[in-house]
Amino acid sequence: MDILLKSMNLLDPGSKVNEVADLHIKNGVIHKIGDIDSSEFDEENIFEFSGKYCVPGLFDMHVHLREPGREDKETVVTGCNSSAAGGFTGIACMPNTTPAIDSAEVVNLILQKAKDHLVDVYPVGAVSLERKGEALAPIAELVEAGAVAFSDDGVAVKTSAILRNAMEYAGMYNAPIIEHCEDPSLDDGAMNESFVSTQLGLPGIPTVAEDIIVARDILMAEYTGQRIHIAHISSKNSINLVREAKAKGIKVTAEITPHHFTLTDDSVKTYDTNYKMNPPLRSNEDVKAGIEGLKDGTIDCIASDHAPHKVEEKEREFIYAPNGITGLETQLGITLNELVHKGILSIEDVVYKLSVNPRKILNIPVPGIKVGENANLTIIDDKEIWTVDLSKTKSKSKNSPFDKRLLTGKAIAVINNKQMFCDNEFKQI
Amino acid sequence: MPLSSKHLLGLQGVPAEDIQLILDTATTFREVLDRPIKKVPTLQGKTIVNLFFENSTRTRISFELAQKRLSADTVNFTTSSSSTKKGETFKDTVRNIEAMKIDMIIVRHESAGVPQYLTQISEANIINAGDGRHEHPTQALLDMYSIKEKTGDLKGLKVCIVGDIAHSRVALSNIYGLISMGAKVSLCGPSTMMPMGIENLGVKIYHNIEKAIHENDVLNVLRIQLERKAGTTIPSVREYHNYFGITSERIERFNRDILILHPGPINRGVELSSEVADGPYQIILDQVTNGVAIRMAVLYLLGTRP
Repeated sequence: MDILLKSMNLLDPGSKVNEVADLHIKNGVIHKIGDIDSSEFDEENIFEFSGKYCVPGLFDMHVHLREPGREDKETVVTGCNSSAAGGFTGIACMPNTTPAIDSAEVVNLILQKAKDHLVDVYPVGAVSLERKGEALAPIAELVEAGAVAFSDDGVAVKTSAILRNAMEYAGMYNAPIIEHCEDPSLDDGAMNESFVSTQLGLPGIPTVAEDIIVARDILMAEYTGQRIHIAHISSKNSINLVREAKAKGIKVTAEITPHHFTLTDDSVKTYDTNYKMNPPLRSNEDVKAGIEGLKDGTIDCIASDHAPHKVEEKEREFIYAPNGITGLETQLGITLNELVHKGILSIEDVVYKLSVNPRKILNIPVPGIKVGENANLTIIDDKEIWTVDLSKTKSKSKNSPFDKRLLTGKAIAVINNKQMFCDNEFKQI
Repeated sequence: MPLSSKHLLGLQGVPAEDIQLILDTATTFREVLDRPIKKVPTLQGKTIVNLFFENSTRTRISFELAQKRLSADTVNFTTSSSSTKKGETFKDTVRNIEAMKIDMIIVRHESAGVPQYLTQISEANIINAGDGRHEHPTQALLDMYSIKEKTGDLKGLKVCIVGDIAHSRVALSNIYGLISMGAKVSLCGPSTMMPMGIENLGVKIYHNIEKAIHENDVLNVLRIQLERKAGTTIPSVREYHNYFGITSERIERFNRDILILHPGPINRGVELSSEVADGPYQIILDQVTNGVAIRMAVLYLLGTRP
């Protein structure tokens, strides 16, 4: 099939493309770029995208798909649908499923479920069997099956010894360790430890619980010469540690979630459990440090930590509600609204943080906008004003604090694997 | 003049006039408690549920007595007999109780924020009987009442709250209430028992009990929770008593005019020596009696609020 995308701002930092042009996609491959005559195309295959950005398909490197085990919260397919709706053509899914992604069988199951989807799914394997931190998971076998990184996400790798061995072992395959940084002896809380937690009477999780593990992991990365990726960084001190480590040439990368650069622990004052996540929402100072880290490159990418939960699990006593919020469909809008429109990042920076860098960290080829490449694209309207409406989410869950939030900018179409998602439907192209 | 809020969730932000109204109303009910027939028909026909998700003997009994003395119909719901253990969600449990047409809910829960959450899912008046380490407003009100009964006024009075402030629901309510009534509030305890940023509430912090005794008019002494893992926040109960315990020697040496309160239950030999617990400086049992009057006042004011 031939489709024509008209007069877009093509923006591909990798291939140094930055021009206004039409794009002819033939059977899912970029066939021609330039000023293209529309008369040869069927009316329904011409898309007027004048003034919209066309960028390499966005990638979210931190998603919980919940399958296998909690298909009532999300499945591989619903998670992928939500990804497409949010503008993502690729995601990495975290191993805290039941069973955990600690065997080739589970990797195969996830890849099998995702096989025919527009969205590419890259499983992250567990560092340790059942994520218990006691024995290494079969890392080589997991890499062979398709795992791109390793993490015990939900908790930090339990001991320095397991961390060291996992780093060295995964290092043979150049796969990074993705760390959920939290000292388990300090994690007995329900929100950020601060004057706010004191006033609310909720037990707090101090930022130092994160900083200690960030410091440990950086030291281990330096010692082993291997890579560490800090997931959902949330504390000012942790960001400073990463900045200093990068300056020393240690192989550390970091991601931040939209909620951690947008919201503070003040939001918890309503006791709304949609503001309960781990790491918790921090202080205004931490939020500012996150924005600074994004600006100066200390923080390499933005990831959602999409964590679906059932309504009945979230609608309960604050200390008992599970951690996490959904984020795939709000991530780009919040990034554009809070970072681009406020002059903190350029659209090009966003392409790095949401497309190029996460793939580079995971050794996944970055799609280019050039003739002969498979079309793996996200079309962004950075000016569209829209209201988040969770009742229309593609995810199986609706636990987000961003419902009804007014945002400027969103993805209006994604293309990948000879499929297009546009106007709320998937079609073959 | 009615209370400004339909609920009593805590004392944070409650205007001084409301607190004054509750204390004044309690004086009337306190007098009722000394009559041979200790019952008034004020809340006849009102249905009140005591929703206790956490163990409590004295607070629940105090509320129950207050309700009975006001002639309300009361039912008790405690976790042991609840359906939450059968998998029913908290929200469903509350909705079920709500559907039985009740007027007021008294709630105690180990999670902070539950009383506030109840206001979103129920039409009833909600009274917080203790949520997590957040607030316990009726305890603070009865403490203030008891102090006032002895001293005549709260304004300018120096009150020190002693003990595990971080894990206490009584401390925050007392701080908010006393400050809004014009008292000068301070805290005394080991630094590991002080929650982050508490000094931002305008309270002085002591780590020396003798100094705290010397410089204050009133000590409100909190219970040290012995069930907490030993050696984590304090080295031992023995060390706590030696450095923060209130003894007759300390009182006699540093301030013979001190007034001692304790919300109970007391750990004798830990936060208070037995001599102090039974001695002339304490008003612990007055607090218990006054607790019924305070709860009658709160129930009455909320239950008859237009």
